[in-house]
Amino acid sequence: MPDKNTLFDAVVIGVSAGGLNALKVLCQHLPKNFLLPILIVQHQLQTEDDFLVQHLEKHCVIKVKLAVSTQCIEAATVYVSAAGYHLLVEEDKCLALSVDSPVNYSIPSIDVLFDSASDVYGQYLLGIILTGGSADGSRGLAHIVERGGHALVQSPEDADVDVMPIAAIKAVTAVNAAKLNVLSLAEIAIFLKELAPHER
Amino acid sequence: MNNLKEIENFEIDCFLQAIHLRFGYDFSDYAKASLKRRIQYRLQQDGLNHISELIPRVLHDEAFFKRFLNDMSITVTEMFRTPLMFKSLRENIVDKLKTYPRINIWHVGCATGEEVYSMAILLHEEGLLEKTRIYATDYNRHSLELAQKGIFALQRMKNYNQAYQLAGGSSSFTDYYSAKYDGAKMKSFLKKRITFAHHNLISDQGFAQMHLIMCRNVLIYFNQQLQNRVLTMLGQSLLQRGFLIIGDKESLEFSPLLDEFDAIDAKLKMFQKRLVFNAG
Ligand SMILES: C[S@@+](CC[C@H](N)C(=O)[O-])C[C@H]1O[C@@H](n2cnc3c(N)ncnc32)[C@H](O)[C@@H]1O
Repeated sequence: MPDKNTLFDAVVIGVSAGGLNALKVLCQHLPKNFLLPILIVQHQLQTEDDFLVQHLEKHCVIKVKLAVSTQCIEAATVYVSAAGYHLLVEEDKCLALSVDSPVNYSIPSIDVLFDSASDVYGQYLLGIILTGGSADGSRGLAHIVERGGHALVQSPEDADVDVMPIAAIKAVTAVNAAKLNVLSLAEIAIFLKELAPHER
Repeated sequence: MNNLKEIENFEIDCFLQAIHLRFGYDFSDYAKASLKRRIQYRLQQDGLNHISELIPRVLHDEAFFKRFLNDMSITVTEMFRTPLMFKSLRENIVDKLKTYPRINIWHVGCATGEEVYSMAILLHEEGLLEKTRIYATDYNRHSLELAQKGIFALQRMKNYNQAYQLAGGSSSFTDYYSAKYDGAKMKSFLKKRITFAHHNLISDQGFAQMHLIMCRNVLIYFNQQLQNRVLTMLGQSLLQRGFLIIGDKESLEFSPLLDEFDAIDAKLKMFQKRLVFNAG
């Protein structure tokens, strides 16, 4: 576990197949006083984006929003990637979307979000990879760790689909295994619950 | 670590400055995160380590600049993208357009043309195509050439047909193209009213007397300052009560246009310019 003084400014989550349920569980466990922004890339079909926001709103006590271009990131808010757009974070901590070629066959791509978020948040970023059937996100998660941030991966046995967790664990271990925790979904929920933004 | 990031930002600034001085293209107000991805992609493709190594390349090798320009101009597009917007256009705007004897439409950032042909089909079905002049512009000359040709990949037509139906298409999508080899060539009557032209939003002036402007998924690449400048120019290009449609994930919220336009469909980002009475 990262020591208690290692605290974060933002959380990014990447999830694919099995995500609806996994995200629901995490949302249900977020406490009312959870202050960090959470940015989520969920691989999904076109036209489904409102659906995901509505789905999470039902289970979340904090705000859930669809990520829109130039919107600035606010505390205590969950941002969900829009179908058909990459989601990025700008230097000024506002969101940017881009219509571009898929990365790892995906748009939105988890790698794209993780790369740009870690450029901005550096060591104050927590990256989480959950269930999924692709290798998207593993390079981005390694990048987060390289920039001093921390990584959580849902344990392959606990995940509905273990391909994405296995790839992520491998990539992060190659960079810095000390910055990685492999946890069950329930444990990740507890980890999040105990987070608070750090004082500067 | 932080130091590295600073150096990288400095390199990016120098690189953009070199492009600006040498070729007159000013990318300094493009949104940085996406721009950085584009630059890093070029770096990888060329097997280089540092962004600053791109500077001599771009200064001395015009072909390299063209490649970079192509990287920067992301022309990913579809026919009837966001079909519900086209449906809403039919239901909420077409009747108002019908009241004009002549109609001018401007597609800003038309990429390879799919959006413009979609519009031409819609106008044809609504009986408006013959009295409309459509201007379709982009700063990517290569994509304009493709748009002009109007030949699209056959395997995409099935998806486009679905989108056409969702957009409220009133006939059969297959009527609008002929399949040849592996390409679908758009019927030439659709093209007759379209003028494709080079136009750079950063440096060129707007048009005048437009009834409808579509600028979708172009503003997302710009920072707020450039978005505001471009939006102001688009606003001035519209007639009173003219229509502006931006991408459904874009917004007027932080722009000066917010007070000058009414939302026709707030969710799909379709707006109408307010009537302003000139005193005196
Ligand atoms: C993602 S495409 C959008 C295509 C279409 N409007 C759509 O929504 O499907 C973005 C287009 O904006 C063009 N573009 C970017 N910057 C521009 C500029 N400064 N001037 C003119 N066009 C620009 C690009 O070349 C590209 O073709």
